[in-house]
Amino acid sequence: MLTLKNIDAGYGPTTILQDVSLDVKAGEIVTIVGANGAGKTTTLRTIVGQILPRRGKITFQGEDITRLHAHDVVDRGIILVPEGRQLFPDMTVRENLQMGTYRKSARSDQESRLEEVLTLFPRVRERLDQNAASLSGGEQQMVAIARGMMAKPTLLMFDEPSLGLAPIIVSQVFDVVRQIAATGTTVLIVEQNVFTTLKVADRGYVLENGSIVLADTAPALLKNDHIRRAYLGI
Amino acid sequence: MTTFLQIITNGLMLGGLFAIVAIGLTLIFGIVKVVNFAHGEFLMVGMFLTWMITTRMGLHPFASVILVVPAMFVLGALTQRLLIQPLMGAEDDHVQIFATVGLSTALMNLALLTYGADIANTPTFGLRAPIELGPVRILTGQLYIFLAAIALVIALQLFLKNSQTGRAIRAVAQHRVAAELMGVNVPRIYILSFGLGAACVGLAAVLIAPLYPTSSNIGTYFVLTAFVVVVLGGLGSIPGAFFGAMVIGIVDSAAGYYIGSGLREAVVFGLFLVILILRPSGLFGKRMTLSHLS
Ligand SMILES: Nc1ncnc2c1ncn2[C@@H]1O[C@H](COP(=O)(O)OP(=O)(O)OP(=O)(O)O)[C@@H](O)[C@H]1O
Ligand SMILES: [Mg+2]
Repeated sequence: MLTLKNIDAGYGPTTILQDVSLDVKAGEIVTIVGANGAGKTTTLRTIVGQILPRRGKITFQGEDITRLHAHDVVDRGIILVPEGRQLFPDMTVRENLQMGTYRKSARSDQESRLEEVLTLFPRVRERLDQNAASLSGGEQQMVAIARGMMAKPTLLMFDEPSLGLAPIIVSQVFDVVRQIAATGTTVLIVEQNVFTTLKVADRGYVLENGSIVLADTAPALLKNDHIRRAYLGI
Repeated sequence: MTTFLQIITNGLMLGGLFAIVAIGLTLIFGIVKVVNFAHGEFLMVGMFLTWMITTRMGLHPFASVILVVPAMFVLGALTQRLLIQPLMGAEDDHVQIFATVGLSTALMNLALLTYGADIANTPTFGLRAPIELGPVRILTGQLYIFLAAIALVIALQLFLKNSQTGRAIRAVAQHRVAAELMGVNVPRIYILSFGLGAACVGLAAVLIAPLYPTSSNIGTYFVLTAFVVVVLGGLGSIPGAFFGAMVIGIVDSAAGYYIGSGLREAVVFGLFLVILILRPSGLFGKRMTLSHLS
């Protein structure tokens, strides 16, 4: 469904990603793990069109999307739940969710999707008419995920959804990821929480210094010695 | 007592005038984050257009709104697309300031070339006739300006609050990168917003032209106060600009009567500086930004 082939990308004169190739198949949960600064966020921003790669090719559902602007990539159904939530601070939670339905193919059946999303996040329902800026960090993360779901994504990408959340909330977030995938949405997830993510994922890539150093099924990665030493602390 | 009421009423009418000029300026600033130093010249262009249409076609000046407002929308949209947008990638934001200052000078000189230093008087069609409201008297045209300013604030708030495009505009103003992730075409929103801001000043031009003689430097006369109003109201806040304009209007009117008309401007700008030092975020702070623009 999504393929990156030999991608080089970076900021200004610095190259961060080097020769990154990966693919995500329809219906899968795929994860990219890696240390701070490895280039995980850069990878997701390149996919979504916020960074133009210097080399390589990105295809989505058979179409070359390498040089598309972000809003056109989003129109194709690739939605990113960004690192740090990035809510619209002076809008209510309801308006934030409505922004999720901005892309054309998400405009129909908004009401029923809102109902589904609020069933997953009862706390968000209680906060609908509050300004997003007034929510707690955990609540904001739920709204960010809910907003992404409102966009009716074909591929939903998460950038560290559990960052800064209490353990109980983290397990809720992963439950939601599992439920989203169960409804047929393809998921690409970047996480520090390597163990929990690999438990949920089908396959994973390990990114170090901007390059993919390892790719395997999630169960195999959980048993891999390098992973266990470097990321699981075992 | 009647004098006092008259001073307040004059102040409110003046406030309406300041408000209707300032709304477009604050709108553009709140969304595109560009200070449009050519705003006064946009007003001037709109007033010349009103004068031309009114005199050539013998229409009521207000009828020219159907041509002037769309024309000004196009002027604003083109300014964003052809002048500001290419500079948005620039490392240094100051480049945009020079660009709008340059545009301001260019428009002023263009007007001088086209119309010379003469003054263009738009037919008044009775808009300069006074009407009595209880104990106070005002010009008919002033009352229209005041009412139009209120209507414009309300219409913009409704648009920004309730329409899909209005929501996208606020989203871009609040978090450009996140708006992009929702599928919003950000450059297009900027073009639309600049056009809207210019259309607002086009409306102002139509209403003001019958009351003030149009000349190539008329923009300078109005725009300084507009900047004061925008800063007082909290940059980017539409209702803030409206109430800021009312404050400045009343102060201006009262200073003119009690202190002397020669010192009005000194009082207004003196007060502005004091407020700026005491409350840098504007008279109403952040809470007044009902438009949730920034
Ligand atoms: N806007 C930027 N401009 C310049 N360099 C950047 C920018 N954003 C990130 N970088 C650099 O790119 C490298 C990769 O950053 P990236 O954000 O992709 O890492 P990450 O894997 O997401 O890390 P983390 O786990 O901390 O979020 C880092 O060295 C970082 O300093
Ligand atoms: Mg990151």
